[in-house]
Amino acid sequence: MANAVFESPRQLEDAYALMADGLARPIAGATDALVQADGDLDAAHARIVDLWQLEELRGIAQQGDTLVIGALTTYTDIRRSPLIQETLPALAAAASTIGAAQIQNRGTLGGNIANASPAGDTLPILLAARASIDLGGTRGERSVSADAFWTGYRQTARQRDELILRVRFPILDGHRVWFRKVGTRRAQAISKVVMAAAWHPSTNGAWHDVRLALGSVAERPIRAIETERAIEGRRPSAALADQAAKVLIAEIRPIDDVRSTAAYRRAVAGGILHRLLSTT
Amino acid sequence: MKMALQVNGERHVVGVSGARRLLDVLREDLGLTGTKEGCGEGECGACSVLVDGAVVDSCLVPVGQVTDASIVTVEGLAADGVLNPLQQAFLDTGGAQCGMCTPGMLIAGQAFLASGEEATDDHIREAIAGNLCRCTGYTKIIEAIALAAERSA
Repeated sequence: MANAVFESPRQLEDAYALMADGLARPIAGATDALVQADGDLDAAHARIVDLWQLEELRGIAQQGDTLVIGALTTYTDIRRSPLIQETLPALAAAASTIGAAQIQNRGTLGGNIANASPAGDTLPILLAARASIDLGGTRGERSVSADAFWTGYRQTARQRDELILRVRFPILDGHRVWFRKVGTRRAQAISKVVMAAAWHPSTNGAWHDVRLALGSVAERPIRAIETERAIEGRRPSAALADQAAKVLIAEIRPIDDVRSTAAYRRAVAGGILHRLLSTT
Repeated sequence: MKMALQVNGERHVVGVSGARRLLDVLREDLGLTGTKEGCGEGECGACSVLVDGAVVDSCLVPVGQVTDASIVTVEGLAADGVLNPLQQAFLDTGGAQCGMCTPGMLIAGQAFLASGEEATDDHIREAIAGNLCRCTGYTKIIEAIALAAERSA
């Protein structure tokens, strides 16, 4: 069997050219790619475009009222960033739950987005916090909202000749973003349910602009729109927690799989939301 | 393709596919069999090595990604036949049993010691959260890392 052609471009234009025919497999930290290839990338792919040397896709910066994170930024970079701790600590919290140090040192935000696992731990945060994802290729750059990005089971809006360049999060004054993951254990676990929420608390305590997103409860990361409506404009309370948890349990469509059961996922999702609304 | 690798301070030139796992190149091409393969999918940490000081699972690194990097395996910890402080601490506390996880534990522990983080029980546990020991020897491993931190303080 012939080995894969393995290219490591150092300039984005070179990477675009290597991706242009839509046949190459891009890899970033390879933590998912090598598992999916059963340890043998040579057998799995004819051509690999290794993005790891593209320094321009690294980095975390604030541009005006936007937090911009390069696609190659690792979970370790995210955890250690004072800017993320200040502007989007929920993302640092999510990054700290993904694998352990070995994975966090290689796995990237762009990889989590492209891999499009329904259990991708950062993805509900992108949905809740109104992120947009910048894509680029020889045909130019475009930006896709997180809401429109994951289109089906492991399907995304990224075309085969495009690369994920960066993620933009609006920094909204007074908004809160919250994250919670439930897995088998705290380290190394793939989530059974992952949930993120964003809201703007008004002076009387009512939540506005509520967005609630979940992973591992559908074929892709989703927003729970009906549950958002049930919470919108109301003050967290035990009664609201009861009601919203019921709406959420009815709204999501989890499945039984190797990591958990549909019934457990519904119960846990309801329980997590209940706790958020009865203790915040 | 021909590529140069910097492993334990020595330069090696190997002719392998860039898509090959760093783990396989270390063990099969360079004969550095101290690095173990456990699960082969990033769960167990037995294949941990340092890449530019960061602990990674070498089973999940295509070798073509690390040709510019400095790689340290368990063979690179001792110098001139003298164990490094962490290895000595593992011996002193009985931090190794069957030995399968030990190279990875040493590498993860070494990355932790180099981080300068305070050697609390919680911090040490998090630092080795990606390393499984099936002899259930975690307590002595944690003691070993704490001892090495104490001795180097």
